[in-house]
Formats: sequence, C-alpha cells, structure tokens
Amino acid sequence: MRSGKGEEIAMIRSITQRKPDDEIEGLLQGSSRIFIIGCGTCVTLTRTGGEPEVQAMKKSLSGKGKIITGHTVVPVACDNLTHEFLTEFGSQIDPADALLIMTCAYGVQAIARQLKKMVIPALDTLFIGKETGIGQFDEVCSQCGTCIIGETGGLCPVTSCHKGLVNGPCGGTNHGKCEIDSEKDCVWTLIYRRLKELGRIETMRKYQRPRNYQKEPKPGKVLLPTT
Amino acid sequence: MTSRFKQALESGKFVVTSEIAPPKGTNLEIMKHHIELLKDKVDAMNVTDHQSSVMRYPSLGGCLLVKEQGGEVILQMTCRDRNRLALQADLLFAASRGIQNVLCLTGDSIILGDHKQAKSVFDLDSSQLLETVRLLAKGKDLGGNDLDGPVSFCAGAIVTPEADPLEPQLIKFEKKIEAGAEFIQTQAVYDLDKFKKFMDYARLFDVKILAGIILLTSAPMARFMNKNIAGVNVPQILIDELAGAPKGQALKKGIEIAGRMIQRIKSEKMCDGVHIMAIGKEEVVPDILVAAGIL
Repeated sequence: MRSGKGEEIAMIRSITQRKPDDEIEGLLQGSSRIFIIGCGTCVTLTRTGGEPEVQAMKKSLSGKGKIITGHTVVPVACDNLTHEFLTEFGSQIDPADALLIMTCAYGVQAIARQLKKMVIPALDTLFIGKETGIGQFDEVCSQCGTCIIGETGGLCPVTSCHKGLVNGPCGGTNHGKCEIDSEKDCVWTLIYRRLKELGRIETMRKYQRPRNYQKEPKPGKVLLPTT
Repeated sequence: MTSRFKQALESGKFVVTSEIAPPKGTNLEIMKHHIELLKDKVDAMNVTDHQSSVMRYPSLGGCLLVKEQGGEVILQMTCRDRNRLALQADLLFAASRGIQNVLCLTGDSIILGDHKQAKSVFDLDSSQLLETVRLLAKGKDLGGNDLDGPVSFCAGAIVTPEADPLEPQLIKFEKKIEAGAEFIQTQAVYDLDKFKKFMDYARLFDVKILAGIILLTSAPMARFMNKNIAGVNVPQILIDELAGAPKGQALKKGIEIAGRMIQRIKSEKMCDGVHIMAIGKEEVVPDILVAAGIL
C-alpha cells in the first residue's frame, strides 16, 4: 500500500512464523484430503501465507502423498465475509478432511467460525507488529492496558524491555544493548537518550508503581456503552 | 531486634559479606561445609536465588541452613520467578524464621539459564520489591490489607558503577535508595580509581556501600567476564598479572589480587565494606581475607 506522498504505509500487522514441517505433518495425520487457504494481507507481507507459500505448501504436501482438493488466497482472512469469498470453492472444500490455514490465528478462528470443517493452523502467531526495516518486524505495543509512554518519551518499556521493567534498566544492560542479545538495543538506554534530548530526564526519576494487571483483562473484552 | 548485619553496618567497622550458592539437588554437604568455614569469618553470607537463572535449591532453604549453623544471612530475592503474592509470602516466611536481611534484585533473564522455555514473571521490579519490603514493615501488604505479626528487614540492592551509559544506572540507584535500600552491593570493581569517583557521588546518599569483589581465577576467566558480564571491566594489567603466574598458580594469584584490592579499599576507607563473590570457590574466601590482612 502507498500513501499519496508515495511512501510505503507500514500498518500494524499480525506477525506469524511457519510451524515446523513435522508439527504440520503431525497435525494433518489422519487427514488425506486437504484444502489450503492463504491470506492476501499480513501473511503475504511476512511471506508466510501468500500465494508463493501456498503453492509451495501444495507441492510439499502432494509430495508427501496428500490429496490437495484445492487452494486459494483470500483477500482478508479475518474478515467476517471470508466465507462468502470461499463459497465459490465449495466443491473443493466439501470433500476435504481438513482446511490447512496459512493465516494468522485471527484468520484461522474467523474461518473456523464460518465453515463446518476441521481447521489446522500452519503458522504460529507471534505478535502484532510493524515492519521496521526490509524483512524486519518488531513488536511496538503489547496492549498492556496501562500505557506509560507519556513518561518515557513515547518508547514502550513494557514491550521493548525483555523484562518489561518500568523503573529503569536492569543490571544486565551493556553498552546500550540488552542482556539477552548484544544486537538488541536496551530500550531504557533509548528512553534515557530521548528524555535527555527533550530536556525531561527528571521524568525517569519518577517511581512507577507495580502495574495493575486488571487493566489487561484475560480474555480481553470491551463493550461500548449503548447510546 | 536489629539484625547482626545491620549492626555491623552501623558500627562503622569494615563489613565483609560473602556469596554462597545452594546446590543443584538436595545434597547439602558442600554448602554446609562452606557455611561452617565462613560463618565466623564474615559479617553475613548472601545466599543466591537461582543465580544466572539456573534452577537450584532455594535461597530461602539455604538461608535456613545458615541460620541453623549460627551464621548471619542475607536472603537474595529476584523478581524473575514469583509474582507479588509469592514474593510477599516468602518475605513473611523469612521474617517468621529469623531471616532479617534481604537483597532485592531484578533477576537475570530466563534465557541465560537452564530452563529456557519457562515463563518469566517480573510482576515487580527491584525498586518495587524494595517498596514492598518497606510496606510489609508498616504492617500492610500490597493489597492494602493489615498483617498480623511483625515483618522487619534490612533491605539492600545492587548497582553497576561502571555501566555504560552510567546515568540511567545512577538514576535507578537513587530510586532504590528512595524505595528503602539501606545497603548497596556493587557489581565487581577492579579499577579502584574509577570506583573512588563513583564513591564521591555515592557518599551523597544515606546508604552503606559494599564493593563487589569477584575472585579472578585465571586470565581466560577475566577475559570471559570482560566480554560477557555487563559492567565488569578487568584492566589489562590484572589480566597480564594472572597470565604471568607460574603454571597452576593462577588461582593463588587471583586470591592475592582480591586480597590486595580489599586491603586498599579498607585502608583508604573508600566505602563501608566488601561483598566477596568467589563463584564456585567459596572455600578460598578465608585465604582472600588473610591476603587482605583481615583474618
């Protein structure tokens, strides 16, 4: 997608990773006729469930003796109207023992709700993130329900600190990098530099109380008031 | 009653603590031996809490062993493995069994340890754990409820004086003091001139400082720490000294270096004491103290 200025629009995406082949094989055990569904949105961007990946999966499973009754890449798998798009594939879907779905879990669940078929996810859904560089995807918000970035220069330590620390860096930070990965920036170093640049370093001295996990309901649910 | 360790800190004497690690398993013989060896030679033993995220016999259990053998003990508590209910409950248990000192730590990442697939907790962080200790002492828990029975600890925390960048660590150091830390152990220091500069700053605060001393056992071990341990910088001159030791004598040289450093810290009154980490070589701590002229 491109904006009017010709810049790439990097929307937030559901970031996925393909399950290992042996796990997919295990999940497909007992199903010989398979219909494969990819998605034209997030998983196309991450190259985990677009047209090329669906074709490759078809080839791979055919080679392992599975009968592929059909395949398609739906425009937006998580959409409530996905079943209408799939109607035209009825004659290929009906004989299938299972639907192998190469979309994020939102898509898998939408399709499971809409079709009376066993659904098998081919991907694991990792996080909601952004493409931050070519082929690089990063989580920038973990939807914690208690946003503190107004006090951290707009950078999120709950998400970007490996330990989710809200009162400053741990002792493992080393030359501005994280204890778990010498390539990963320590977000508290970034926050420190940002606040310093903004002349607001005093904000870092504020004691942040323990987080209120009630603000992050499990399962998440919001009901808008009726008007 | 004020803990023996706190009394030592307040007496103005040069305080010595030593780290001691519980075993992997239930065979406590080596740990008991170390406790017996050290209990009358140091002001307190500091029992690690699944150090480096390696699952071991618990810090609380180790602390009880030290108590049973008549030693003074500091309970290490990390926020990695327990939520706020479990942390508070363990503090209540510790208090009820006469453990009076606690070192509040964030904790290493699970990924560094031997249970890499485990869920890490970090419900609280080190500053919040210190606040919690203070709250329990007021007879309240984090849920705002009253507690029946006293809970009192001498609470401490850590700082890395050679962190880069340093200012974020110092801001956190001040937060920890504001949250109730009465003593601060430092990450290992080797460049004492740099450490003196840190102390010029640290002395502005009402807190006791124990300089961290990690025993160097060989030149490769020193190089490994420089490469892998955050905030540890062993100067080349010390690495050369270790490398120049006769074959099989590197540990002896490491003991000499540790002793020499402690002696200098003490004679120049740089800080309030030292915390010795002899990682796996606890049996040589008395030799370090002899080399330092303390024993």
